[in-house]
Amino acid sequence: MKNEINFWQGNVALAHGALAAGCRFFGGYPITPSSEIAEVMAEELPKLNGRFIQMEDEIAGIAAAIGASMTGRKSMTATSGPGFSLKQENLGLAYMAEIPLVVVDVMRGGPSTGLPTSISQQDVMQARWGTHGDHATIAYAPSSVQECYETAIKAFNMAERFRQPVLIMSDEVLGHMRERVTIQKDIMPQIINRKRPAVDPDEFKPYKPDDKDNLPPMASFGDGYRWHITGLTHNEWGFPTNDPAEIEKKTRRLMDKVNAYRDEIVEYETESIDDAEILVVSYGSVARTALSAVRMARKKGLKAGFFRLVTLWPFPDREIENIAEKSRVILVPELNYGQMVLETERAAHGKARVVPYNLVNGELFKPEEILEKIEEVG
Amino acid sequence: MPRPEVMDWLRKQFFPHLWCPGCGHGIILHAILRALIDSGKKREETVIASGIGCSSRMPGYIDACTVHTTHGRSLAFATGIKLSNPDLTVVDVMGDGDCAAIGGNHFIHACRRNINITAVVMNNNIYGMTGGQASPTTPLGAKATTAPYGSIEPPFDICQLAQGAGATYVARATIANPVLCEKYIKNGIEHKGFSVVEVISSCHTQFGRRNKRRTPLDNLNFLKTASVQLAKASSMSEEELEGKIIIGEFVRKEIPEYTEGYEKLIEAVGGSKV
Repeated sequence: MKNEINFWQGNVALAHGALAAGCRFFGGYPITPSSEIAEVMAEELPKLNGRFIQMEDEIAGIAAAIGASMTGRKSMTATSGPGFSLKQENLGLAYMAEIPLVVVDVMRGGPSTGLPTSISQQDVMQARWGTHGDHATIAYAPSSVQECYETAIKAFNMAERFRQPVLIMSDEVLGHMRERVTIQKDIMPQIINRKRPAVDPDEFKPYKPDDKDNLPPMASFGDGYRWHITGLTHNEWGFPTNDPAEIEKKTRRLMDKVNAYRDEIVEYETESIDDAEILVVSYGSVARTALSAVRMARKKGLKAGFFRLVTLWPFPDREIENIAEKSRVILVPELNYGQMVLETERAAHGKARVVPYNLVNGELFKPEEILEKIEEVG
Repeated sequence: MPRPEVMDWLRKQFFPHLWCPGCGHGIILHAILRALIDSGKKREETVIASGIGCSSRMPGYIDACTVHTTHGRSLAFATGIKLSNPDLTVVDVMGDGDCAAIGGNHFIHACRRNINITAVVMNNNIYGMTGGQASPTTPLGAKATTAPYGSIEPPFDICQLAQGAGATYVARATIANPVLCEKYIKNGIEHKGFSVVEVISSCHTQFGRRNKRRTPLDNLNFLKTASVQLAKASSMSEEELEGKIIIGEFVRKEIPEYTEGYEKLIEAVGGSKV
């Protein structure tokens, strides 16, 4: 069968990826530079017997999406900085109540209203720690339009598998850039759906993990199971608890259910790292520039290497440490005042010098700028 | 003792409940359950959603599909649930803080959208769980821990708010008349569209003791004497209605319901064949 070729914006590709993953509910609120995602969903979802709703605010957008997921629908919401801040409250509920959900943040400059139409990478730590309390984060940073499509599918698979929100940290350049997207027609993408309970309704414990994978199956409202969902810390039945042993078990499991599969979740890309003395660690749109810069440096005879974070969270710390042992300098170009550089420094354990390189003027690095920095620090 | 059918709808293992003895919310819980049973609802097809506060602990006691969400946001969750699966009966229980303060935006938009959800607002004029702070329905002059000299803010009239925002069924009762509570909640559940049933509850612990209604009985007596039927109220002057609680059905009208509108949209674009 002939492959489908599209010339899409990143936001449009991401929405189509979500639909391909089986997303059948979108709750959202207009915000630049993410609105195209909502617009595609508004047009396409009813054609697929899905549901779209524009809610009264960002808080309600994510709430409606979480509610729909409780009935068994794969659900998504999309936003940018100010909206991402507003969604943190209910994002926390989805972590605590273990409701699958995909949240997209098309990053723009901040804080506050900041730069609605300009790129930044200032929300990457918010992705990790934005909502209060301990929770494990899975966050992807795509860096091409093709990857926006594929990341949406992957994010839904992870959300369904681990019963929790999964974040896609896109950015303004990626969201609005047009590129060729190839959808393979002869190979269907792998689709994961949430595990359903196998027990009778009266025996169903919504937060009791299966022994074999430590992940709890989930029923849907309306499929015959009666159960309780709460943002309060709860026991395996889903009911609030003050028992220290039950609290400890729940809180730890929220972290452990992701940590245990860390090696399967962590993703990164490398080029020219075997003999690299100067490693450039980057993500999102910046990784495109960084790759060009590394290739230019190689042409000049510099031993530069490229490392792209595909998952921001979990962070590929062990992998960075291994490479740090072999390199002298790790350069971390970011469109913020220095966020993932802190994590890189932690991972490198002093085995290489970690140098931040930050741009906070609403623009994307030029390859020459990163090349110059490679030459300077190398 | 409640009827055996009511007992079936309760998670009996959690009794006694956490509400103070004499709290009005138990009367509302019982009225909601009788209304659901008399409307022929099944537990596994009924969702009870709530926000945060004393009122919002109610779903925990109901053996149905229950969801205790974030403060003020329950209607937004309920909207997602109902739109996603319109076959479910969705009752949203909330307090005055949930409904008229932090969740005010969600409340007016749910009214406007006319989605088939029944909102039961348990108005006790105070933030009970957090220790008696003033709420948007605390009467002018009433004392609260954050209004120690008496509230100087005019309160919301929740039924007027709902009516103005477009709710298609709006009624008010008090816990002093459980039969009327049940009737209005049942009417709300059976009404196709967004229904608001405000039930004036009581909190002697946090409101009453600071406002000369120290005991549960003081509060019931107050609600009985202060209540005026809508028909009678329409012939009373503004001065005569000062401090009174008007009870009755304020709005009952049919306009297109949101999820039905969406189903039609799906049908029109060919999605129903998928």
